[in-house]
Amino acid sequence: MTREMGRPWLLTLLAAVLAGLMVGSLTLGYVAIPPGQVLGALVTPAETPVSLIVQELRVPRTLLGLFVGASLGIAGAGLQGLLRNPLAEPGVLGISNSAALGAVATLYTGIAATAPLALPAAAMAGALLAMLVLYGLAGREANVQTLILAGVAISSLAGALISVALNLAPSAHATTEILFWLLGSLADRGMDHVAWGLPFMGAGIILLLTAGRALDALSMGEETARSLGFNLTGLRFRVIAGATLAVGAGVAVSGSIGFVGLVVPHILRPLVGYQPARLLPASALGGAILLLLADMGLRLASDEVDLKLGVVTALVGAPFFLHLVLKTRRMTV
Amino acid sequence: MSRAERAASLQARQLSLSLGGEPVVAGVDLALHPGEVVAVLGPNGAGKSTLLRALAGLQSPLHGEVLLAGESLAAMKGNRRAREVGYLPQAATVHWPLPVERVVALGRLPHMSPWQRLSAADGYAVDRALAATGVEGLRRRTVTELSGGERARVLLARVLAGEPNCLLADEPVAGLDPYHQVHFMELVREYAGEGRTVALVMHDLNLAARFCDRLVLMDQGRLVADGSAREVLDPGHLARVFGIRAVYGESEGEPYVVPWGRA
Repeated sequence: MTREMGRPWLLTLLAAVLAGLMVGSLTLGYVAIPPGQVLGALVTPAETPVSLIVQELRVPRTLLGLFVGASLGIAGAGLQGLLRNPLAEPGVLGISNSAALGAVATLYTGIAATAPLALPAAAMAGALLAMLVLYGLAGREANVQTLILAGVAISSLAGALISVALNLAPSAHATTEILFWLLGSLADRGMDHVAWGLPFMGAGIILLLTAGRALDALSMGEETARSLGFNLTGLRFRVIAGATLAVGAGVAVSGSIGFVGLVVPHILRPLVGYQPARLLPASALGGAILLLLADMGLRLASDEVDLKLGVVTALVGAPFFLHLVLKTRRMTV
Repeated sequence: MSRAERAASLQARQLSLSLGGEPVVAGVDLALHPGEVVAVLGPNGAGKSTLLRALAGLQSPLHGEVLLAGESLAAMKGNRRAREVGYLPQAATVHWPLPVERVVALGRLPHMSPWQRLSAADGYAVDRALAATGVEGLRRRTVTELSGGERARVLLARVLAGEPNCLLADEPVAGLDPYHQVHFMELVREYAGEGRTVALVMHDLNLAARFCDRLVLMDQGRLVADGSAREVLDPGHLARVFGIRAVYGESEGEPYVVPWGRA
Protein backbone atom coordinates (compact mmCIF):
# COMPACT_ATOMS: atom_id res chain seq x y z
CA MET A 1 0.00 0.00 0.00
CA THR A 2 1.29 3.43 -0.89
CA ARG A 3 1.76 5.63 2.12
CA GLU A 4 1.79 9.38 2.27
CA MET A 5 5.41 10.42 2.01
CA GLY A 6 7.10 13.14 3.99
CA ARG A 7 5.70 13.92 7.40
CA PRO A 8 1.96 13.39 7.85
CA TRP A 9 1.99 15.30 11.16
CA LEU A 10 3.47 18.40 9.56
CA LEU A 11 0.20 20.27 9.05
CA THR A 12 -0.92 19.54 12.61
CA LEU A 13 2.42 20.73 13.96
CA LEU A 14 2.36 23.91 11.89
CA ALA A 15 -1.22 24.63 12.93
CA ALA A 16 -0.32 24.17 16.61
CA VAL A 17 2.69 26.48 16.32
CA LEU A 18 0.54 29.03 14.54
CA ALA A 19 -2.14 28.90 17.25
CA GLY A 20 0.53 29.50 19.88
CA LEU A 21 1.97 32.42 17.93
CA MET A 22 -1.45 33.98 17.57
CA VAL A 23 -1.92 33.99 21.33
CA GLY A 24 1.60 35.40 21.62
CA SER A 25 0.85 38.09 19.06
CA LEU A 26 -2.26 39.12 20.99
CA THR A 27 -0.33 39.23 24.26
CA LEU A 28 2.71 41.09 23.03
CA GLY A 29 2.63 44.85 22.83
CA TYR A 30 3.28 48.25 24.38
CA VAL A 31 0.92 47.53 27.25
CA ALA A 32 1.66 44.30 29.10
CA ILE A 33 -1.49 42.18 29.35
CA PRO A 34 -1.31 38.56 30.60
CA PRO A 35 -2.52 35.90 28.13
CA GLY A 36 -5.52 34.90 30.25
CA GLN A 37 -6.76 38.47 30.36
CA VAL A 38 -6.17 38.86 26.60
CA LEU A 39 -8.37 35.89 25.79
CA GLY A 40 -11.04 37.22 28.11
CA ALA A 41 -10.86 40.62 26.46
CA LEU A 42 -11.57 39.02 23.11
CA VAL A 43 -15.13 38.21 24.12
CA THR A 44 -16.02 41.06 26.45
CA PRO A 45 -17.59 44.20 24.95
CA ALA A 46 -15.00 46.87 24.15
CA GLU A 47 -15.49 49.14 27.13
CA THR A 48 -12.43 48.56 29.24
CA PRO A 49 -9.04 49.85 28.03
CA VAL A 50 -7.76 46.26 27.88
CA SER A 51 -10.63 45.17 25.63
CA LEU A 52 -10.08 48.22 23.47
CA ILE A 53 -6.37 47.55 23.04
CA VAL A 54 -6.93 43.88 22.28
CA GLN A 55 -9.93 44.25 19.98
CA GLU A 56 -9.00 47.44 18.15
CA LEU A 57 -5.22 47.05 17.87
CA ARG A 58 -3.99 43.53 18.46
CA VAL A 59 -6.74 41.47 16.86
CA PRO A 60 -6.47 43.27 13.49
CA ARG A 61 -2.67 43.13 13.60
CA THR A 62 -2.69 39.41 14.38
CA LEU A 63 -5.37 38.57 11.82
CA LEU A 64 -3.59 40.56 9.13
CA GLY A 65 -0.27 38.90 9.97
CA LEU A 66 -1.98 35.52 9.74
CA PHE A 67 -3.72 36.16 6.42
CA VAL A 68 -1.00 38.19 4.71
CA GLY A 69 1.60 35.57 5.66
CA ALA A 70 -0.67 32.73 4.53
CA SER A 71 -1.38 34.55 1.26
CA LEU A 72 2.29 35.13 0.50
CA GLY A 73 3.26 31.56 1.43
CA ILE A 74 0.57 29.79 -0.56
CA ALA A 75 0.90 32.12 -3.55
CA GLY A 76 4.63 31.38 -3.66
CA ALA A 77 3.97 27.63 -3.47
CA GLY A 78 1.29 27.84 -6.16
CA LEU A 79 3.40 29.88 -8.56
CA GLN A 80 6.45 27.68 -8.01
CA GLY A 81 4.29 24.67 -8.84
CA LEU A 82 2.76 26.31 -11.90
CA LEU A 83 6.05 27.60 -13.27
CA ARG A 84 7.92 24.51 -12.02
CA ASN A 85 10.64 26.72 -10.73
CA PRO A 86 11.72 27.00 -7.08
CA LEU A 87 12.83 30.59 -7.67
CA ALA A 88 9.35 31.83 -8.57
CA GLU A 89 7.56 34.05 -6.04
CA PRO A 90 4.57 36.41 -6.09
CA GLY A 91 6.79 39.22 -7.37
CA VAL A 92 7.80 37.30 -10.47
CA LEU A 93 4.55 37.91 -12.34
CA GLY A 94 4.44 41.58 -11.41
CA ILE A 95 1.56 41.22 -8.93
CA SER A 96 3.35 42.73 -5.91
CA ASN A 97 4.86 45.69 -7.73
CA SER A 98 1.63 46.54 -9.52
CA ALA A 99 -0.34 46.47 -6.27
CA ALA A 100 2.33 48.66 -4.70
CA LEU A 101 2.10 51.05 -7.64
CA GLY A 102 -1.66 51.40 -7.13
CA ALA A 103 -1.11 52.21 -3.47
CA VAL A 104 1.73 54.62 -4.21
CA ALA A 105 -0.49 56.48 -6.67
CA THR A 106 -2.97 57.28 -3.87
CA LEU A 107 -0.14 58.40 -1.57
CA TYR A 108 1.35 60.54 -4.32
CA THR A 109 -1.89 62.28 -5.14
CA GLY A 110 -2.88 62.62 -1.49
CA ILE A 111 -6.13 60.70 -1.99
CA ALA A 112 -4.96 58.19 0.61
CA ALA A 113 -5.07 60.86 3.31
CA THR A 114 -8.66 61.91 2.55
CA ALA A 115 -10.27 58.53 1.83
CA PRO A 116 -8.83 55.85 4.14
CA LEU A 117 -9.79 52.86 1.99
CA ALA A 118 -8.65 54.41 -1.28
CA LEU A 119 -5.15 52.99 -0.79
CA PRO A 120 -6.08 49.31 -0.43
CA ALA A 121 -8.69 49.63 -3.18
CA ALA A 122 -6.14 51.15 -5.56
CA ALA A 123 -3.58 48.48 -4.67
CA MET A 124 -6.09 45.73 -5.38
CA ALA A 125 -7.01 47.45 -8.65
CA GLY A 126 -3.31 47.60 -9.54
CA ALA A 127 -2.91 43.87 -8.94
CA LEU A 128 -6.00 43.00 -11.00
CA LEU A 129 -4.90 45.31 -13.80
CA ALA A 130 -1.49 43.61 -13.82
CA MET A 131 -3.22 40.26 -14.20
CA LEU A 132 -5.24 41.53 -17.16
CA VAL A 133 -2.12 42.95 -18.80
CA LEU A 134 -0.30 39.67 -18.11
CA TYR A 135 -3.03 37.73 -19.88
CA GLY A 136 -3.11 40.27 -22.67
CA LEU A 137 0.63 40.03 -23.18
CA ALA A 138 1.09 36.31 -22.73
CA GLY A 139 -2.21 34.98 -24.04
CA ARG A 140 -4.47 32.37 -22.51
CA GLU A 141 -2.42 29.42 -23.74
CA ALA A 142 0.90 30.94 -22.70
CA ASN A 143 3.83 28.72 -21.92
CA VAL A 144 5.95 29.19 -18.84
CA GLN A 145 8.66 31.29 -20.49
CA THR A 146 6.18 33.74 -21.99
CA LEU A 147 4.42 34.10 -18.63
CA ILE A 148 7.66 34.82 -16.79
CA LEU A 149 8.86 37.26 -19.45
CA ALA A 150 5.56 39.12 -19.45
CA GLY A 151 5.55 39.13 -15.65
CA VAL A 152 9.07 40.48 -15.41
CA ALA A 153 8.18 43.21 -17.91
CA ILE A 154 5.11 44.22 -15.88
CA SER A 155 7.06 44.09 -12.65
CA SER A 156 9.83 46.31 -14.06
CA LEU A 157 7.39 48.82 -15.48
CA ALA A 158 5.48 49.09 -12.20
CA GLY A 159 8.79 49.42 -10.36
CA ALA A 160 9.88 52.17 -12.72
CA LEU A 161 6.63 54.05 -12.22
CA ILE A 162 7.02 53.80 -8.44
CA SER A 163 10.46 55.40 -8.86
CA VAL A 164 8.88 58.16 -10.93
CA ALA A 165 6.37 58.81 -8.14
CA LEU A 166 9.19 58.97 -5.59
CA ASN A 167 11.22 61.24 -7.85
CA LEU A 168 8.39 63.67 -8.52
CA ALA A 169 6.74 63.49 -5.09
CA PRO A 170 5.22 66.89 -4.23
CA SER A 171 6.91 67.11 -0.83
CA ALA A 172 9.59 65.47 1.29
CA HIS A 173 6.77 64.31 3.52
CA ALA A 174 5.08 62.53 0.60
CA THR A 175 8.38 60.86 -0.33
CA THR A 176 8.87 59.61 3.21
CA GLU A 177 5.29 58.39 3.35
CA ILE A 178 5.66 56.43 0.13
CA LEU A 179 9.01 54.98 1.18
CA PHE A 180 7.74 53.90 4.58
CA TRP A 181 4.65 52.37 3.08
CA LEU A 182 6.75 50.45 0.56
CA LEU A 183 8.78 48.91 3.38
CA GLY A 184 5.70 47.06 4.59
CA SER A 185 4.13 46.99 8.03
CA LEU A 186 1.25 45.60 10.05
CA ALA A 187 1.27 48.46 12.56
CA ASP A 188 -1.72 50.76 13.05
CA ARG A 189 -4.10 48.71 10.93
CA GLY A 190 -7.71 48.58 12.04
CA MET A 191 -10.65 46.25 11.72
CA ASP A 192 -11.68 48.06 8.51
CA HIS A 193 -8.46 46.81 6.90
CA VAL A 194 -9.31 43.32 8.09
CA ALA A 195 -12.87 43.52 6.80
CA TRP A 196 -11.60 44.85 3.51
CA GLY A 197 -8.65 42.52 2.93
CA LEU A 198 -9.81 39.21 4.36
CA PRO A 199 -12.45 38.34 1.72
CA PHE A 200 -9.96 38.83 -1.11
CA MET A 201 -7.17 36.97 0.67
CA GLY A 202 -9.56 34.19 1.71
CA ALA A 203 -10.88 33.80 -1.84
CA GLY A 204 -7.33 33.76 -3.24
CA ILE A 205 -6.18 31.14 -0.73
CA ILE A 206 -9.18 28.90 -1.48
CA LEU A 207 -8.65 29.27 -5.24
CA LEU A 208 -5.00 28.25 -4.81
CA LEU A 209 -5.91 25.29 -2.59
CA THR A 210 -8.15 23.89 -5.35
CA ALA A 211 -5.19 23.80 -7.74
CA GLY A 212 -3.32 21.11 -5.79
CA ARG A 213 -4.17 18.01 -7.81
CA ALA A 214 -3.47 19.66 -11.13
CA LEU A 215 -0.15 21.00 -9.82
CA ASP A 216 0.76 17.45 -8.78
CA ALA A 217 0.04 16.26 -12.30
CA LEU A 218 2.00 19.19 -13.71
CA SER A 219 5.14 17.99 -11.97
CA MET A 220 5.33 15.49 -14.85
CA GLY A 221 5.20 18.25 -17.47
CA GLU A 222 2.38 19.89 -19.38
CA GLU A 223 1.76 17.10 -21.89
CA THR A 224 1.46 14.48 -19.17
CA ALA A 225 -0.78 16.69 -17.05
CA ARG A 226 -3.11 17.15 -20.00
CA SER A 227 -3.05 13.45 -20.79
CA LEU A 228 -4.12 12.85 -17.17
CA GLY A 229 -7.25 14.88 -17.92
CA PHE A 230 -6.28 18.27 -16.46
CA ASN A 231 -7.17 21.51 -18.18
CA LEU A 232 -4.03 23.66 -18.08
CA THR A 233 -5.76 26.87 -19.15
CA GLY A 234 -8.06 26.53 -16.16
CA LEU A 235 -5.17 25.66 -13.87
CA ARG A 236 -3.16 28.71 -14.97
CA PHE A 237 -6.15 30.93 -14.35
CA ARG A 238 -6.78 29.48 -10.90
CA VAL A 239 -3.19 29.92 -9.76
CA ILE A 240 -2.67 33.36 -11.26
CA ALA A 241 -6.06 34.70 -10.17
CA GLY A 242 -5.63 33.14 -6.73
CA ALA A 243 -2.18 34.68 -6.32
CA THR A 244 -3.42 38.03 -7.60
CA LEU A 245 -6.31 38.15 -5.12
CA ALA A 246 -4.27 36.91 -2.17
CA VAL A 247 -1.08 38.89 -2.77
CA GLY A 248 -2.84 41.96 -4.15
CA ALA A 249 -4.98 42.22 -1.02
CA GLY A 250 -1.93 41.41 1.12
CA VAL A 251 0.08 44.25 -0.37
CA ALA A 252 -2.98 46.48 -0.14
CA VAL A 253 -3.22 46.14 3.64
CA SER A 254 0.42 45.69 4.60
CA GLY A 255 2.70 47.11 1.89
CA SER A 256 5.38 45.16 0.08
CA ILE A 257 6.65 42.25 2.12
CA GLY A 258 9.20 40.27 0.17
CA PHE A 259 10.80 36.83 0.40
CA VAL A 260 8.06 35.11 2.45
CA GLY A 261 6.60 33.63 -0.75
CA LEU A 262 10.04 32.43 -1.80
CA VAL A 263 11.51 31.18 1.45
CA VAL A 264 8.56 29.39 3.03
CA PRO A 265 7.71 26.94 0.20
CA HIS A 266 11.38 26.20 -0.20
CA ILE A 267 11.89 25.27 3.44
CA LEU A 268 8.74 23.14 3.55
CA ARG A 269 9.05 21.36 0.19
CA PRO A 270 11.28 18.48 1.39
CA LEU A 271 9.02 18.03 4.43
CA VAL A 272 5.97 17.32 2.23
CA GLY A 273 7.85 14.88 0.00
CA TYR A 274 8.10 17.51 -2.79
CA GLN A 275 4.40 17.18 -3.59
CA PRO A 276 2.98 20.47 -4.90
CA ALA A 277 -0.52 19.73 -3.57
CA ARG A 278 0.66 19.11 0.00
CA LEU A 279 2.96 22.10 -0.18
CA LEU A 280 0.02 24.50 -0.62
CA PRO A 281 -1.62 24.23 2.83
CA ALA A 282 1.75 23.79 4.51
CA SER A 283 3.07 26.99 2.92
CA ALA A 284 -0.05 28.89 3.96
CA LEU A 285 0.55 27.90 7.58
CA GLY A 286 4.30 28.42 7.27
CA GLY A 287 3.88 31.87 5.74
CA ALA A 288 1.57 32.90 8.57
CA ILE A 289 4.05 31.59 11.14
CA LEU A 290 6.99 33.42 9.57
CA LEU A 291 5.16 36.72 9.29
CA LEU A 292 3.75 36.59 12.82
CA LEU A 293 7.22 35.74 14.14
CA ALA A 294 8.81 38.58 12.21
CA ASP A 295 6.15 41.02 13.37
CA MET A 296 6.50 39.92 17.00
CA GLY A 297 10.27 40.24 16.77
CA LEU A 298 9.75 43.72 15.45
CA ARG A 299 7.50 44.68 18.35
CA LEU A 300 10.01 43.30 20.87
CA ALA A 301 12.82 45.30 19.27
CA SER A 302 10.78 48.45 18.74
CA ASP A 303 12.17 50.07 21.92
CA GLU A 304 15.65 50.19 20.41
CA VAL A 305 15.07 50.43 16.65
CA ASP A 306 12.02 51.13 14.53
CA LEU A 307 12.35 48.55 11.76
CA LYS A 308 9.66 47.92 9.15
CA LEU A 309 8.32 44.42 8.59
CA GLY A 310 9.34 44.20 4.93
CA VAL A 311 12.89 45.11 5.95
CA VAL A 312 13.04 42.26 8.45
CA THR A 313 11.71 39.64 6.01
CA ALA A 314 14.16 40.89 3.38
CA LEU A 315 17.03 40.72 5.87
CA VAL A 316 16.14 37.11 6.60
CA GLY A 317 15.21 36.32 2.99
CA ALA A 318 18.06 37.76 0.97
CA PRO A 319 20.82 35.59 2.51
CA PHE A 320 18.51 32.63 2.10
CA PHE A 321 18.02 33.49 -1.54
CA LEU A 322 21.79 33.61 -1.97
CA HIS A 323 22.10 30.21 -0.36
CA LEU A 324 19.43 28.92 -2.76
CA VAL A 325 21.29 30.23 -5.79
CA LEU A 326 24.54 28.63 -4.65
CA LYS A 327 22.82 25.31 -3.94
CA THR A 328 21.08 25.33 -7.32
CA ARG A 329 24.38 26.08 -9.04
CA ARG A 330 26.06 23.16 -7.29
CA MET A 331 23.24 20.86 -8.35
CA THR A 332 23.39 21.76 -12.04
CA VAL A 333 27.17 21.88 -12.48
CA MET B 1 -19.92 -0.04 -39.97
CA SER B 2 -17.75 -3.05 -40.71
CA ARG B 3 -16.78 -5.63 -38.14
CA ALA B 4 -13.18 -4.44 -38.07
CA GLU B 5 -14.27 -0.85 -37.39
CA ARG B 6 -16.43 -1.84 -34.48
CA ALA B 7 -13.62 -3.83 -32.93
CA ALA B 8 -11.14 -0.94 -33.05
CA SER B 9 -10.42 0.57 -29.64
CA LEU B 10 -8.85 3.72 -31.03
CA GLN B 11 -9.39 4.97 -34.52
CA ALA B 12 -8.32 7.95 -36.61
CA ARG B 13 -10.65 8.82 -39.46
CA GLN B 14 -9.48 11.09 -42.26
CA LEU B 15 -7.38 12.83 -39.65
CA SER B 16 -5.56 16.04 -40.61
CA LEU B 17 -3.46 17.94 -38.10
CA SER B 18 -1.39 21.09 -38.01
CA LEU B 19 1.51 22.17 -35.86
CA GLY B 20 2.11 25.88 -35.45
CA GLY B 21 -0.08 26.60 -38.46
CA GLU B 22 1.79 24.12 -40.69
CA PRO B 23 -0.13 21.06 -41.87
CA VAL B 24 1.81 18.02 -40.63
CA VAL B 25 -0.65 15.14 -40.90
CA ALA B 26 -3.04 14.78 -43.83
CA GLY B 27 -5.97 12.41 -44.19
CA VAL B 28 -4.73 9.57 -42.01
CA ASP B 29 -6.96 6.52 -41.47
CA LEU B 30 -5.71 4.23 -38.74
CA ALA B 31 -7.41 1.69 -36.51
CA LEU B 32 -5.78 0.27 -33.39
CA HIS B 33 -7.19 -2.97 -32.02
CA PRO B 34 -7.20 -4.56 -28.56
CA GLY B 35 -4.32 -6.94 -27.97
CA GLU B 36 -1.97 -5.52 -30.58
CA VAL B 37 1.25 -3.54 -30.38
CA VAL B 38 1.57 -1.12 -33.27
CA ALA B 39 4.77 0.69 -34.20
CA VAL B 40 4.48 4.08 -35.89
CA LEU B 41 7.58 4.53 -38.05
CA GLY B 42 8.83 7.26 -40.31
CA PRO B 43 11.59 9.80 -40.77
CA ASN B 44 11.92 12.88 -38.55
CA GLY B 45 9.17 15.36 -39.28
CA ALA B 46 6.86 12.75 -40.82
CA GLY B 47 4.11 13.66 -38.34
CA LYS B 48 4.37 10.61 -36.08
CA SER B 49 4.41 12.46 -32.76
CA THR B 50 1.64 14.80 -33.83
CA LEU B 51 -0.49 11.83 -34.84
CA LEU B 52 0.15 10.16 -31.49
CA ARG B 53 -0.75 13.33 -29.60
CA ALA B 54 -4.02 13.55 -31.52
CA LEU B 55 -4.77 9.90 -30.74
CA ALA B 56 -4.22 10.79 -27.07
CA GLY B 57 -6.70 13.66 -27.38
CA LEU B 58 -4.02 16.30 -26.77
CA GLN B 59 -4.43 17.99 -30.12
CA SER B 60 -7.63 18.90 -31.87
CA PRO B 61 -7.90 17.85 -35.51
CA LEU B 62 -8.02 20.24 -38.44
CA HIS B 63 -10.24 17.74 -40.21
CA GLY B 64 -11.49 14.28 -39.39
CA GLU B 65 -11.82 12.77 -35.95
CA VAL B 66 -10.46 10.33 -33.42
CA LEU B 67 -12.83 7.72 -32.07
CA LEU B 68 -12.39 5.90 -28.78
CA ALA B 69 -14.43 2.70 -28.87
CA GLY B 70 -16.62 4.39 -31.49
CA GLU B 71 -17.11 7.58 -29.47
CA SER B 72 -15.62 10.95 -30.44
CA LEU B 73 -12.54 11.63 -28.31
CA ALA B 74 -12.90 15.39 -28.68
CA ALA B 75 -16.37 15.35 -27.10
CA MET B 76 -15.21 13.29 -24.15
CA LYS B 77 -14.49 14.79 -20.71
CA GLY B 78 -10.77 15.02 -19.97
CA ASN B 79 -11.00 12.83 -16.94
CA ARG B 80 -12.83 10.03 -18.72
CA ARG B 81 -10.48 10.18 -21.70
CA ALA B 82 -7.53 10.01 -19.31
CA ARG B 83 -8.86 6.78 -17.77
CA GLU B 84 -9.03 5.18 -21.23
CA VAL B 85 -5.94 6.53 -22.96
CA GLY B 86 -2.51 6.66 -21.31
CA TYR B 87 0.14 8.80 -22.94
CA LEU B 88 3.89 8.76 -22.43
CA PRO B 89 5.45 11.84 -24.01
CA GLN B 90 8.84 11.93 -25.67
CA ALA B 91 11.75 12.56 -23.28
CA ALA B 92 9.38 12.84 -20.31
CA THR B 93 10.82 14.66 -17.32
CA VAL B 94 9.86 14.96 -13.67
CA HIS B 95 10.27 18.48 -12.34
CA TRP B 96 10.56 17.80 -8.62
CA PRO B 97 12.66 15.15 -6.85
CA LEU B 98 9.59 13.03 -6.07
CA PRO B 99 9.84 9.51 -4.67
CA VAL B 100 9.21 6.83 -7.31
CA GLU B 101 5.97 5.61 -5.77
CA ARG B 102 4.53 9.14 -5.78
CA VAL B 103 5.32 9.49 -9.45
CA VAL B 104 3.64 6.19 -10.21
CA ALA B 105 0.66 7.17 -8.04
CA LEU B 106 0.14 10.23 -10.26
CA GLY B 107 -1.10 7.75 -12.85
CA ARG B 108 -4.13 7.19 -10.59
CA LEU B 109 -5.23 10.85 -10.72
CA PRO B 110 -7.87 10.28 -13.44
CA HIS B 111 -9.52 7.72 -11.16
CA MET B 112 -9.68 9.96 -8.11
CA SER B 113 -12.25 12.62 -7.27
CA PRO B 114 -10.78 16.04 -6.42
CA TRP B 115 -10.32 15.71 -2.64
CA GLN B 116 -10.09 11.95 -2.39
CA ARG B 117 -6.88 10.31 -1.19
CA LEU B 118 -5.38 7.18 -2.69
CA SER B 119 -7.82 4.33 -2.04
CA ALA B 120 -6.88 0.72 -1.44
CA ALA B 121 -7.71 -0.01 -5.09
CA ASP B 122 -5.44 2.85 -6.19
CA GLY B 123 -2.65 1.52 -3.99
CA TYR B 124 -3.12 -1.95 -5.45
CA ALA B 125 -2.90 -0.58 -9.01
CA VAL B 126 0.29 1.29 -8.11
CA ASP B 127 1.80 -1.87 -6.59
CA ARG B 128 0.84 -3.87 -9.67
CA ALA B 129 2.42 -1.32 -12.00
CA LEU B 130 5.60 -1.22 -9.92
CA ALA B 131 5.76 -5.02 -9.99
CA ALA B 132 4.96 -5.32 -13.70
CA THR B 133 7.82 -3.02 -14.64
CA GLY B 134 10.20 -4.50 -12.08
CA VAL B 135 10.81 -1.30 -10.14
CA GLU B 136 9.34 -2.29 -6.74
CA GLY B 137 12.82 -2.07 -5.30
CA LEU B 138 13.04 1.57 -6.32
CA ARG B 139 9.77 2.76 -4.77
CA ARG B 140 11.41 4.90 -2.09
CA ARG B 141 14.13 6.22 -4.40
CA THR B 142 14.08 9.74 -5.80
CA VAL B 143 13.03 9.69 -9.42
CA THR B 144 15.48 12.38 -10.53
CA GLU B 145 18.40 10.28 -9.29
CA LEU B 146 17.60 7.16 -11.33
CA SER B 147 19.46 5.92 -14.39
CA GLY B 148 17.86 6.27 -17.82
CA GLY B 149 16.69 2.66 -17.91
CA GLU B 150 15.23 2.82 -14.42
CA ARG B 151 13.49 6.10 -15.13
CA ALA B 152 11.96 4.79 -18.37
CA ARG B 153 10.46 1.87 -16.48
CA VAL B 154 9.18 4.12 -13.68
CA LEU B 155 7.52 6.41 -16.22
CA LEU B 156 5.97 3.37 -17.89
CA ALA B 157 4.73 2.24 -14.49
CA ARG B 158 3.16 5.68 -14.07
CA VAL B 159 1.07 5.12 -17.21
CA LEU B 160 0.29 1.49 -16.38
CA ALA B 161 -0.94 2.46 -12.90
CA GLY B 162 -3.83 4.24 -14.59
CA GLU B 163 -4.77 0.94 -16.24
CA PRO B 164 -5.66 2.61 -19.54
CA ASN B 165 -7.10 0.47 -22.30
CA CYS B 166 -4.89 2.27 -24.81
CA LEU B 167 -1.23 2.99 -24.18
CA LEU B 168 0.45 5.52 -26.46
CA ALA B 169 4.18 6.18 -26.10
CA ASP B 170 6.37 8.55 -28.06
CA GLU B 171 9.88 7.15 -28.64
CA PRO B 172 9.92 5.38 -25.27
CA VAL B 173 13.08 3.37 -25.98
CA ALA B 174 15.19 6.15 -27.46
CA GLY B 175 18.26 6.62 -25.32
CA LEU B 176 18.03 3.24 -23.59
CA ASP B 177 20.74 0.59 -23.78
CA PRO B 178 19.88 -2.60 -25.76
CA TYR B 179 18.98 -4.59 -22.64
CA HIS B 180 16.53 -1.98 -21.45
CA GLN B 181 15.13 -1.48 -24.94
CA VAL B 182 14.29 -5.17 -25.18
CA HIS B 183 12.96 -5.21 -21.61
CA PHE B 184 10.71 -2.22 -22.31
CA MET B 185 9.34 -3.85 -25.48
CA GLU B 186 8.62 -7.06 -23.59
CA LEU B 187 6.77 -5.09 -20.92
CA VAL B 188 4.46 -3.40 -23.42
CA ARG B 189 3.91 -6.74 -25.18
CA GLU B 190 2.79 -8.19 -21.87
CA TYR B 191 0.45 -5.25 -21.35
CA ALA B 192 -1.09 -5.72 -24.81
CA GLY B 193 -1.45 -9.40 -23.94
CA GLU B 194 -4.07 -8.41 -21.36
CA GLY B 195 -6.31 -7.30 -24.24
CA ARG B 196 -5.12 -3.69 -24.31
CA THR B 197 -4.00 -1.55 -27.22
CA VAL B 198 -0.45 -0.27 -27.51
CA ALA B 199 0.97 2.15 -30.09
CA LEU B 200 4.59 3.29 -30.04
CA VAL B 201 6.38 5.89 -32.10
CA MET B 202 9.79 4.37 -32.83
CA HIS B 203 12.91 4.76 -34.89
CA ASP B 204 14.45 1.34 -34.37
CA LEU B 205 13.19 -0.72 -37.30
CA ASN B 206 14.34 -4.00 -35.77
CA LEU B 207 12.74 -3.54 -32.38
CA ALA B 208 9.56 -2.66 -34.27
CA ALA B 209 9.83 -5.72 -36.51
CA ARG B 210 10.65 -8.03 -33.62
CA PHE B 211 8.17 -6.89 -30.99
CA CYS B 212 5.25 -5.24 -32.77
CA ASP B 213 2.30 -6.99 -34.38
CA ARG B 214 1.84 -4.29 -36.94
CA LEU B 215 3.93 -1.49 -38.37
CA VAL B 216 2.60 1.69 -39.88
CA LEU B 217 4.87 3.88 -41.93
CA MET B 218 4.42 7.63 -42.25
CA ASP B 219 5.99 9.99 -44.73
CA GLN B 220 5.36 13.71 -45.01
CA GLY B 221 2.16 13.54 -43.00
CA ARG B 222 0.67 10.61 -44.88
CA LEU B 223 0.32 6.97 -44.02
CA VAL B 224 2.20 5.12 -46.75
CA ALA B 225 2.18 1.56 -45.42
CA ASP B 226 0.32 -0.44 -42.79
CA GLY B 227 0.98 -4.11 -42.24
CA SER B 228 3.47 -6.75 -41.13
CA ALA B 229 7.20 -6.07 -40.85
CA ARG B 230 7.82 -7.90 -44.15
CA GLU B 231 5.31 -5.72 -45.97
CA VAL B 232 6.27 -2.41 -44.42
CA LEU B 233 10.05 -2.71 -44.33
CA ASP B 234 10.49 -3.74 -47.97
CA PRO B 235 13.38 -2.23 -49.96
CA GLY B 236 11.06 0.08 -51.92
CA HIS B 237 9.62 1.69 -48.77
CA LEU B 238 13.01 2.04 -47.10
CA ALA B 239 14.44 3.71 -50.21
CA ARG B 240 11.51 6.05 -50.81
CA VAL B 241 10.67 6.99 -47.25
CA PHE B 242 13.97 6.80 -45.37
CA GLY B 243 16.32 7.15 -48.33
CA ILE B 244 18.33 4.10 -47.30
CA ARG B 245 19.17 0.64 -48.59
CA ALA B 246 19.28 -2.23 -46.12
CA VAL B 247 20.62 -5.72 -45.66
CA TYR B 248 17.90 -8.24 -44.84
CA GLY B 249 18.09 -11.39 -42.79
CA GLU B 250 15.99 -13.78 -40.74
CA SER B 251 16.35 -15.19 -37.26
CA GLU B 252 13.93 -17.61 -35.55
CA GLY B 253 11.54 -17.04 -38.43
CA GLU B 254 11.48 -13.28 -37.87
CA PRO B 255 12.92 -10.74 -40.30
CA TYR B 256 15.53 -8.16 -39.47
CA VAL B 257 16.97 -5.29 -41.43
CA VAL B 258 20.30 -3.57 -41.11
CA PRO B 259 20.46 -0.10 -42.66
CA TRP B 260 23.51 -0.36 -44.89
CA GLY B 261 23.82 2.88 -46.75
CA ARG B 262 22.01 5.78 -48.29
CA ALA B 263 19.89 4.91 -51.29
